[in-house]
Amino acid sequence: MKTPIIYIILFLVSTWTSVANTIEVCATCKVKTVKEAIEIASENDTILIKKGTYKEYNIDINKPLTIIGENYPVIDGELKGEIIRITADNVTLDGLFIINVGTSYTEDFSAVRVVKSKNFVIKNLVLEKLFFGIYLEKSSYGKVFHNKIIGDAKEEFNSGNGIQLWYSHHIEVDKNIITHVRDGIYLEFADHCSITNNISTDNVRYGLHFMFSNDDIYENNDFQNNGAGVAVMFSKKIEMYNNIFQGNWGTASYGLLLKEINDSKIKGNLFKENTTGINIEGSNRVTYSFNTFEKNGWAIKSRGACYTNIFSENNFLYNTFDLSYNSKLNDNKFENNHWSDYSGYDLDKDGIGDVPHKPVKLFSYVANRTPEAIILLRSLFIDIIDFSEKVSPVFTPNNLEDISPKMKRIVYDRN
Amino acid sequence: MLKILKYSFYDLIRSRWSYVYFAFYLLLGFVLLFLNNDVSKAVITLMNVIIILVPLMGTMFGIMYFYNSKEFTELLLAQPLKRTSIFIGQYLGVATSLSLSLILGLGIPFLVYGIFKSEAILDFSLLLVTGGFLTFIFTAISFYIGLSNENRIKGFGYAILFWLFMAVIYDGLFLISLILFEEYPLDTFSLIASMANPIDLSRILILLKLDISALMGYTGAVFQKFFGTSWGLIVSLGVLFLWVLIPVLLIRRKALKKDF
Repeated sequence: MKTPIIYIILFLVSTWTSVANTIEVCATCKVKTVKEAIEIASENDTILIKKGTYKEYNIDINKPLTIIGENYPVIDGELKGEIIRITADNVTLDGLFIINVGTSYTEDFSAVRVVKSKNFVIKNLVLEKLFFGIYLEKSSYGKVFHNKIIGDAKEEFNSGNGIQLWYSHHIEVDKNIITHVRDGIYLEFADHCSITNNISTDNVRYGLHFMFSNDDIYENNDFQNNGAGVAVMFSKKIEMYNNIFQGNWGTASYGLLLKEINDSKIKGNLFKENTTGINIEGSNRVTYSFNTFEKNGWAIKSRGACYTNIFSENNFLYNTFDLSYNSKLNDNKFENNHWSDYSGYDLDKDGIGDVPHKPVKLFSYVANRTPEAIILLRSLFIDIIDFSEKVSPVFTPNNLEDISPKMKRIVYDRN
Repeated sequence: MLKILKYSFYDLIRSRWSYVYFAFYLLLGFVLLFLNNDVSKAVITLMNVIIILVPLMGTMFGIMYFYNSKEFTELLLAQPLKRTSIFIGQYLGVATSLSLSLILGLGIPFLVYGIFKSEAILDFSLLLVTGGFLTFIFTAISFYIGLSNENRIKGFGYAILFWLFMAVIYDGLFLISLILFEEYPLDTFSLIASMANPIDLSRILILLKLDISALMGYTGAVFQKFFGTSWGLIVSLGVLFLWVLIPVLLIRRKALKKDF
């Protein structure tokens, strides 16, 4: 019963596609520019752009089209302004090499801008010498897949973002590579989006930046060597799984900045060699599990107003400070974590230490209060007071402890 | 003076203790590198050892040698020799042999593990230079303490106390004053306070050369601005040199005035 239906559908689809025309664009063809091709095309046509250089800008795609580049044709905006603008639904862009986007301080010129459209697919693009890369404005149900964005940003004030989502929802951003722009991926008022398998490195400001965006998920991304790491601010119900935050090293850098984040899950991430692994401010009901914090300056820096967070089964390995706290009050729970600093023992061999672990060192408390005191880092005196505080806590929150520290490193299968 | 220097130097080179000292550093270097094969990481761990142990060893060796060779010194004093050359010669002998143990003891393992191919070569040389300075400083001070105190027990006590003060108590007072005056701008104060203690100065000098300096945030940036430049390096090495020079001058004054 099922097979005939499939055949019918296939037949319908094939007849439908055969109705749609293909328009070829090349230097020797009848149609020589992309703009011209769009003008003569009717809805659902395919425009095939052959290899070559097309010096065009302000290309407006205002009907449902599939635009495919063959062997990466170059579209050179000559720094004159925006290059491609999509204003219709069901547009597919595939395989273009777009360079030289104009820079403006009043308009956010971008290589590809999608305005109020649905069901678009932007894939296999290479963007270079750009201001903004892919800018999604009030659009939804789209896919940004497998693009490569290479900027040359030096300063924050005169550079744009790689992929920007603004008032957009249900967008998939998958397998993109973004380097040397201001913010690799920027979401503002973007709900129900998924950011997966991207590599965002060496950006001037953030690898990923969230603002006022709820119910998003980001997974398996790789954020390395960004100016300030990844920032997630003023958002709810964000899920962050299996990402890598590495090498965000500098006086004001961190792997992940959480500010006003509620009801989120952070699981299976790796924080390695960051000045601060996670910087938390005003975040509530967030669960942190199966994360690994390795060789960071501070693994977790809690700046206050953080309540009912749960940290369980994380690895804290060789961080200068595992945890920094600036208040005596603690409403967060630490359980079953593995701490490389743990000096207790496990007599009954059940894999759980018999003595609770106190992760806050006195010195990190002091350095929080008087930042100048950090100059005494690695002094013998500091080691002595840290030890005495550990034996009998006076300054650090009394109940801030992991009552069941794991003796062995927690192994978590990221897949 | 050179003859006495040479005599003290050979005397110590032949002694068991400098071998033990040398062997200790050799072992430490090898073990560190064996455990984490990473030269730049080993430099950090080594720093912790150097800023505590080197001053302690300098102090102990200095005061021990001074008291042990007291009879010989008195014999030398009976000869037609300049007093300053006797004491300064002895001091230089002790300090040189100690620094040699340190430099060879740490240098050999690091050479074997390929320090020249590593980027850490500059940090490592800075480590050895500050280690050398610390040896010279603390040996000089212990000689001065020995000269000022006929009573051995008192002399030992003062020497150890001095080390304890510089290594531990000073930082405690420093921290307390930072907390007490936290409402005031403390950058210049902490800069001066850390210059005033050779152990702190060495520690900061090495720390700022390592990645870990990023942890120091704003304060670190202020320090980096000062110590990071070649001018800052020259000033801090100059201060370390002053720390050697002043005790040596004190030894000289004491030696000339003292009635044996």
